[in-house]
Amino acid sequence: MTNESYDVISKRAKTARITKNVITYFFLGVWGLMVLFPFYWMILTSFKGYGSYNAEYTPKLYTLDPTIKNYKDAFTAVPLGGYFVNTIIFTVLTTAIMVFVTVFAAFAFSRLQFKGKNLLFTLFLSLMMIPNELVVITNFVTITDWGMRNTFMGLILPSVTSVFYIYLLKENFEQIPEDLYKAAKVDGTSDIKYLFKVMIPICQPTVVTIIILKVIECWNSYVWPRLITDDATYYLVSNGIQEIRENGFGRENIPAMMAAVVAISVPLIIIFLIFHKKIMAGVSRGGTKG
Amino acid sequence: MRKAGNIKAWLYLLPAILFLGVFMVYPLIDVLIYSFEEGYNSASQTSYGTGWFNYAYVLHDKYFLQAIKNTFIIVIITVPLSTGIALLISLGLNSIKKLRDLFQTIYFLPYVTNTLAVGLVFMIMFKKTPYTDGLVNMVIKLFGSGPIDFIDGPYWAKMFVMCFYTIWVVMPFKILILTSALASVDDVYYKAAKIDGTSSFRTFTRITLPMISPMIFYLVITGFIGAFKAYSDEVAIFGTNLNAAGMNTIVGYVYDMLYGNAGGYPSYASAAALILFAIVFTITVINLLISGKNSIN
Amino acid sequence: MKIRFDGLTKRFPNRNKEIKADVVAVDNFTFEIPDGKLIGLLGPSGCGKSTALNLICGLETPTSGKIYFDEDDVTDLPPENRGVGMVFQSYALYPHLTVRKNIMFPLENLKGKDKLTKAQMEEKVLEAAKVVQIEELLDRKPKEMSGGQQQRVAIARSLVKMPRVLLLDEPLSNLDARLRIQTREEIKRIQNTTGITTIFVTHDQEEAMSISDMIVVMKTGVVHQIGKPQEVYDNPIDLFVAKFLGTPPINVFDGEIKGGELYIGGEKVLGKDYVKDTADGEVTVGIRPEGFVLNDSLDGKEGVFSVDLKAIEVMGRDTSVVFEHANAEGRLRAIVRSDNNIDGKSDTIKFNLNSKKVYVFSKETEERLI
Repeated sequence: MTNESYDVISKRAKTARITKNVITYFFLGVWGLMVLFPFYWMILTSFKGYGSYNAEYTPKLYTLDPTIKNYKDAFTAVPLGGYFVNTIIFTVLTTAIMVFVTVFAAFAFSRLQFKGKNLLFTLFLSLMMIPNELVVITNFVTITDWGMRNTFMGLILPSVTSVFYIYLLKENFEQIPEDLYKAAKVDGTSDIKYLFKVMIPICQPTVVTIIILKVIECWNSYVWPRLITDDATYYLVSNGIQEIRENGFGRENIPAMMAAVVAISVPLIIIFLIFHKKIMAGVSRGGTKG
Repeated sequence: MRKAGNIKAWLYLLPAILFLGVFMVYPLIDVLIYSFEEGYNSASQTSYGTGWFNYAYVLHDKYFLQAIKNTFIIVIITVPLSTGIALLISLGLNSIKKLRDLFQTIYFLPYVTNTLAVGLVFMIMFKKTPYTDGLVNMVIKLFGSGPIDFIDGPYWAKMFVMCFYTIWVVMPFKILILTSALASVDDVYYKAAKIDGTSSFRTFTRITLPMISPMIFYLVITGFIGAFKAYSDEVAIFGTNLNAAGMNTIVGYVYDMLYGNAGGYPSYASAAALILFAIVFTITVINLLISGKNSIN
Repeated sequence: MKIRFDGLTKRFPNRNKEIKADVVAVDNFTFEIPDGKLIGLLGPSGCGKSTALNLICGLETPTSGKIYFDEDDVTDLPPENRGVGMVFQSYALYPHLTVRKNIMFPLENLKGKDKLTKAQMEEKVLEAAKVVQIEELLDRKPKEMSGGQQQRVAIARSLVKMPRVLLLDEPLSNLDARLRIQTREEIKRIQNTTGITTIFVTHDQEEAMSISDMIVVMKTGVVHQIGKPQEVYDNPIDLFVAKFLGTPPINVFDGEIKGGELYIGGEKVLGKDYVKDTADGEVTVGIRPEGFVLNDSLDGKEGVFSVDLKAIEVMGRDTSVVFEHANAEGRLRAIVRSDNNIDGKSDTIKFNLNSKKVYVFSKETEERLI
């Protein structure tokens, strides 16, 4: 082979590399736009006036006279603030109780010895296969019978256990060397103290993962709250949005609706942007273990 | 000592057992009973017999059949498409260095947003009203086609929006999982392939795919399960009255039977839920069998 | 095929972002690797030897300078057009493919006129497998084999398309001690059979010395010395090379040249015949363990150089004398005949020196003076 043909090959390889890069960035950019555009559109629309929005037969991709009136409407004409408070209460309580239930159960399964442990754990695992849709029917009846419709108790109680999270945490707990537990026992450390001072700090990433997943789930939960609440004072944001869509703001006030949508989406997005590394790592961990 | 240990362990487990017992195990048995009780009346809590009547009723209900059809179409379109596109995007992400973090963060955004809320935005972008053709129609018009009503119009137009939104919602998780699966493939294999002059296509089919196939199967299985349970994305786009829109899903049917305008029939709801469970279970088992056959070992 | 480097340089941005200066992994390589030889690229870890390997195979492109294969400039050529075979440190065997499929993999990439029929491929695979003696393992998966066997498969895979150059990155580092010696002989044998120019990277000087036709000693991107192993060992160009080669390592003392004679700690150890016309001044003296010689009665009671005896270690073939000296750091070692009469309880011992095993280096530049 001669030098010349090597030159040609070298040049061709370089061109191919550049072309590939351009195409890759182009398509990644396109999908980025697809993801971001709805967000742009809802923010844009939320700043358009009611009149000017309805006057646009062909929607405009920008607005020259932004208004914050829609946001005022969103918090005054409909009880959006109330939905917010409800969702926060619901999310915090559900997540907190869930973490306690999960941590205790995972601890018992991973460290304590008792009769019937393996059988019980197998039973737990088999529950993982049961879809929520199957049990929601009876739970609806149960909560109704207990007179807990339109209460936080009714909203929270059925949502506090997750077999999957118990499994996830148990697996993680078991990776802590048994010797650590024995050493703690020799030093006279109580189980509870060992759990909170040693195990949880070591498994903090998993606990954080569980909390993140649960918070996102709570913030977006729609089906159960819809079944259990028909009094708007107990609506969560999801139900609130649906309520606004069907009955709020009188006739088709889309800019105000979008303002409400922005208001609902922003808290989680801000939290995400701050902790995005942790959250993505957490979801990835939770996802790949399953 | 041993006995005390036993009691302590059960104490730690008590909350979990209580909650799971009341809200999972009991309902599981109960839903079976419901589904076989004929003519159950929620008010009087009585029924006049047992049998397959509820199943027969549900299976002959035109709304249920429509829901099954819709659900299957959504599953068949969105699962392969979203997994495929997510794979392409992840491959792209893995091949770049600059802007990678930014793209990854953007792609993940839909995961943390309220699907009901963003669904409303999609509805507005696609909707055609007397006042406006909507944003999407504006784009379609640029290509010279007439306006289509995606929200209240023809079935396939609605189905298109539905699938589009479903894919948009499920993409973040799949991209995340696939990017980390791709990143976990040791770079040295690609170096070795490169020295041997392996084309990118062959590198992909012979090295990358086999190495990440467990994750792909995992995504397909969970994707199937998730798509069969589609409901709130539908509500987000078409509102709560899905039957009227002709876009109901099996889960939607279950809830409608339980509650809402057509509600008050827990027996029908139970039968429908159990049928759904049977379908999901069968598909999952088939998936596992296929993946078992194709797995590395 | 011979390989020629001309001012080859590779810089990386520093990983520690606070340091602005680039890391120079390969600094101005200008030398030639002869055809059909086994070359050991030797240096401590982080010295840039793996980068050098990556530059040769084309996985990385140089910042400046040229690489020639024979007379062809291959500097910007993608790896697949260079005709190189590479064995990675971790072997990089595809875990989901059998040994046969692994070895066949490079052949299946051939396109156009080079395309082979199935039968031709099978034949070539078998041929390569025979060279590394793994014919009977062809249907196993990598996981079902020992480290040494995986190593052979990796070599077979890189040989199967008859590369012009074979590159091995730390080929023995993942093997246990016994396998290491066996495998290095194996590599030598394979190189002899195939006659392919082979370059391997290692941080283990013993490994490099034992099988290489030629070694290239480098440190922080710079080539210090190139030559036949024995020549480099006998004639180190500077203190680094002298310290890096040899087990036990060379013993280093602070010394002085006074009036044309070599002194260590007040004792005159070597005279004018040795020092010749080297200028007076403080120097660093390196003495190989085998450079210490006992007196005729083999009891170490007479000699030009006295040291503090610490221990006698019997090695069988010979004896290792462990000692300390005020002008040197830590414990030092001399290798002497096993039939000596040294009194192990004595506090001091005296040696004569074999002048061929004594090297004098400049204190400032560490370059060899004598």
